[in-house]
Formats: sequence, C-alpha cells, structure tokens
Amino acid sequence: MKFQGKAWRFGDDIDTDAIIPARYLNTSDPAELALHCMEDADPQFSSKVSKGDIIVAGKNFGSGSSREHAPLAIKTSGVSCVIASSFARIFYRNAFNIGLLILESPDAAVNIRQGDLVEVDTDQGVIKNLTSSKDYKFIPVPPFMQQIIAAGGLINYLKLRKEH
Amino acid sequence: MSMTITEKILAAHAQKEKVSPGELINVRIDLALGNDITAPLAIQEFEKIGMSGVFDPERVVLVPDHFVPNKDIKSAEQAKMLREFASRQKLTNYFEAGRMGIEHCLLPEEGLVGPGDVVIGADSHTCTYGALGAFSTGVGSTDLAAAMASGEIWLKVPESIKLIYNGDLPRWVSGKDLILLAIGDLGVDGAAYQALEFTGPVINRLSMDSRFTAANMAIEAGAKNGIFPPDEITNEYVEGRSKRPYTFYSSDPDARYKGTREYDVSGMEPLVAFPHLPEKVHPVSQAGHIKIDQVVIGSCTNGRLEDLRLAAGLIRGKKVHPEVRLIVIPGTQKIYLQSLREGLIEDFVEAGAVFSTPTCGPCLGGHMGILAKGERCLATTNRNFVGRMGDRESEVYLCNPAVAAASAIAGYIVGPKEVIK
Repeated sequence: MKFQGKAWRFGDDIDTDAIIPARYLNTSDPAELALHCMEDADPQFSSKVSKGDIIVAGKNFGSGSSREHAPLAIKTSGVSCVIASSFARIFYRNAFNIGLLILESPDAAVNIRQGDLVEVDTDQGVIKNLTSSKDYKFIPVPPFMQQIIAAGGLINYLKLRKEH
Repeated sequence: MSMTITEKILAAHAQKEKVSPGELINVRIDLALGNDITAPLAIQEFEKIGMSGVFDPERVVLVPDHFVPNKDIKSAEQAKMLREFASRQKLTNYFEAGRMGIEHCLLPEEGLVGPGDVVIGADSHTCTYGALGAFSTGVGSTDLAAAMASGEIWLKVPESIKLIYNGDLPRWVSGKDLILLAIGDLGVDGAAYQALEFTGPVINRLSMDSRFTAANMAIEAGAKNGIFPPDEITNEYVEGRSKRPYTFYSSDPDARYKGTREYDVSGMEPLVAFPHLPEKVHPVSQAGHIKIDQVVIGSCTNGRLEDLRLAAGLIRGKKVHPEVRLIVIPGTQKIYLQSLREGLIEDFVEAGAVFSTPTCGPCLGGHMGILAKGERCLATTNRNFVGRMGDRESEVYLCNPAVAAASAIAGYIVGPKEVIK
C-alpha cells in the first residue's frame, strides 16, 4: 500500500476527548462523528482536512477513554493514516480494529512539518517527506494487519476470511 | 518459573503453565462489559459477525450509565439499543436506571467480578477491578463484540511495575492521593502497556474503597491494568458477595519486574492534579489561591460510600460557598440508599449541594454539570483533559473527596485542615 497526503501536526498526549469530545458521543454515526473530529485540539480541523491527509503527532496519541468513536471519527474525516511517536494502548487496538492505519515513527513525528507532503509505503516501511526530501523508517505493518486495514476493520476481515 | 500476579492470572486463563511479558496469548474471559456509549457500536459489530447468541448470557454485562437517565433523544436511542439487545440475548446482568450504578462501582458491589478473574470492558476504567486481585482491562467496541461472541480475547502479556508504598497514611490522604502520586512520578504514559502492582505496608492496610480508587486510575499512567494482591480486606469484601468461585493469586517473591518505585507517604499531603493532565500534581497547600465555580464529588473513581462519608463529615453543619455549585453523585443505588439512611444526603442538601442519581454525567462532560467557557471545576473524577467537562476553555482540577468538600466550603482549592480549624 502506497499513498500521499498533506500533514496536519499535533502535539503530545492528544487524548480521545480532544479527538472526539464526549458531548458528541450520543451517536455512533461515523459521518456525524467526523464533523467534530479533533475539535478540542483544533476546532476548525474537520472543515480544513482533505481526503488522504495525514495526522502527525507526538507521544501517547489517543490516550484516555476506550471510545472507538475516536479512530472512527479520524478515518471517516478522510485521514489516510496517523503517524505518531507512540500510541496509547487501547487506541492502538481500536485503530486497527476499525481499519485506520497508524504508524509509530518518532523520527517522522518530530521532523514532519505542518503542510508537508508525505508519502507512506507500508510494504517497505518508509515514510517519505516529499517537501523536505527526507525518509523515515517504521517497522513494516505485518501483512495480516494490512489486510485488516484493507478490509475496513477486524469484523469485515473475519467475514471475508470466512467467505473464502 | 516465578511469575507476577498478573502473569499467573493470565496463564491460568490461557491454559498455560507459564507466560512471560511480551508473549501473545489467547485468554478465556470471565466477564465482558459495555456501557451506553461503547455497547451500541459493539452490538452493531456483533450482529455483523452473524452469531446467533453471546458466549454466555450471564457473563455479558450491560450498564447504561454515561448519559442515563437519558439526557436527550439520541442518548435514549443508544440506551434503547442496550435494553433491546439484553432482552433479545436474555442477558441476566442488564441494569436499568433506578437499579443501576456507575459500572465500576456497580460490578464489584454486585459480586459480578472477583479475585483471579479476567475481565474486559469497553470502558477504559475497567482496570478498577484490579483492586480485587483480578486482571481487568479496557478495550474498544470491536474487541468487546468479538469477546461477546467468543468468550475469548488475545492479549500481550504486560511487563509489571511494582509500586511500594511505605510509611503511615496521614489523615485526609487516601487512595486517590496514592495513585496521583504514582501518576505524577511515572507520567501519563509512564506505565504504557504495563501492569501496575500496588504493594507495601500502606497498601496492606488500605480500605477496599481506596483500593478501587487507586486501581481505577492506573489507566491515567497508561497502564494496561492495575492490581492489588488480594488479602484479608479483599476476602471480607468478596465473601458472601461474589456470585462465582474466586481464586487468590499472589506474585512470587522472585517475580521479575520492569521497574520498582518506592514511596514514603508519611507526612504526605493530599494532592491536586492541575489542568490538563493527571500527571500535573501539586500538594494541596502549594496550590495557591485558585477560585472555583463548581465541585463534583462522585464518579467511578470516588463515588463510593467511604468517599461520601468523608465529604459529608466535612460539610456537615457548614454551607457551600455562595459562588460555588457542589454536585454530589453516589456511585450506585445501594450507595445512594445507604447515604440516605446515614443522613449524608441531608448533610449535603442542608449545605446547599445538589445530590444526584447515579450517573457518569459531568465526569466526561456528558450532562448534570457541564462547564461554561472560562469556568473552573474541582472534581474527584479521573481526567482533566482539555474540554473534558464542557467548553474547551474550561478547566478541571482533580483531587480526593476531602479536598473537594473543603474547597466547596472555602470557594477555592484548599486542604481539609483549613476548614476544620
């Protein structure tokens, strides 16, 4: 899998309340959640983000609550992947389970600037910053986890496997 | 062959002699839990799998507690999904408003979780049950759906950090302060993916309610689970209450830990966590003159009887500061009723406080005490993130129930000593 997108930078410890505040959790409709994606970190994010864009953040991204609405809001807002120095545990599982690609790369997280054009190659495990012409490595996502992402999440992946 | 208590419980549920940190294992779960925010998504995913029934209708627990009694039409629709699923699946442990409680206060009280259990819940504070010597951790809705179907979950065996609390617990210092001390020391991701094991002479004497509080906030250091070795105090709590057989596990003396942190709590003061991270802790006497608009006493962290007794004891015969709103929320219906019988509710109401039905409510900015722009709240809850209790320009400070009660009287953040002198 290979794709490009524009970077949106966030800081350390971006918690799930910042990603999708609980005042919107009276629904689990992904389209409605996406309208409020990252609202308490950047109130205008959902109107600025374009399909394929990439979120770049510091350590402990997705800390706090177990709400799967958080990765769901990010994915439905059109974001292609999240690159961070590190991810909180529950968010990490949830992201793959709902089919949002997330990549751990402290190097990329520190060096990519707001608005940089970034290319991700999941097979090679390389993040290319096309704006600054710098490459960053990440541990390649194992094939079965890439298949979970491609299927749109764990349940769809399991269903596909059952059918074949 | 030495193992920690966490490793022993996981090994037993994976039908293995031994497990080691880093190992990926599939474990049998004793209980799966969902609430009115996370269960609707889990039910949708469960139905996609195409299984006719849950793995065991007695071991899937649904508690509508976050927005209940329903705050609006949308949340009513979500709660209705739980009610209908519970009825369709013949779940024996669905708790309706009026018979419910905040999930992490309710499940131990009902004897649904016990020592040696493996419990997963689609709520990050599921780690609370570690207070009973169980392995208990939070997951998302999809993991809950898969667990409801299979009765199993895959997990990575965590490394453990041993916390040793020495000394004598000073008056007005409780479980909340012990966990805030560790979070301040480790940082909000200092225990990421790891188990926090609470030990030491202070822990051996710590009340059950304070243990629940401390285990509850293990997640605020990023931990996968928090765990207390079960002892006489645990036994007293679970005996006659637990609905299933239970097992006491303990760590081997030569068990391996990733790290050890030792704290002397003698002379310690109650702590306050400043916005916007639970790691930003300060002794209450060094808080400075911070004026507050609202105080919340309650939540899955501090909504138990010990907490309400402490707070009521300080409030009794006094008045809430004219510029402060005090909202008190008991954790369960039983705690509510006992508060009524002991006269605690009268103490709060006479003082000019709100006394609510059990709900997570304001803790997560749901309802029952949302903050306006620029407002400041002191709360016994667990998170003080940006916008957690309302407007993104509001602030939440975290503390124990005694500090909360004292500050509600004073109108600014202050220790109990300042109010009773």
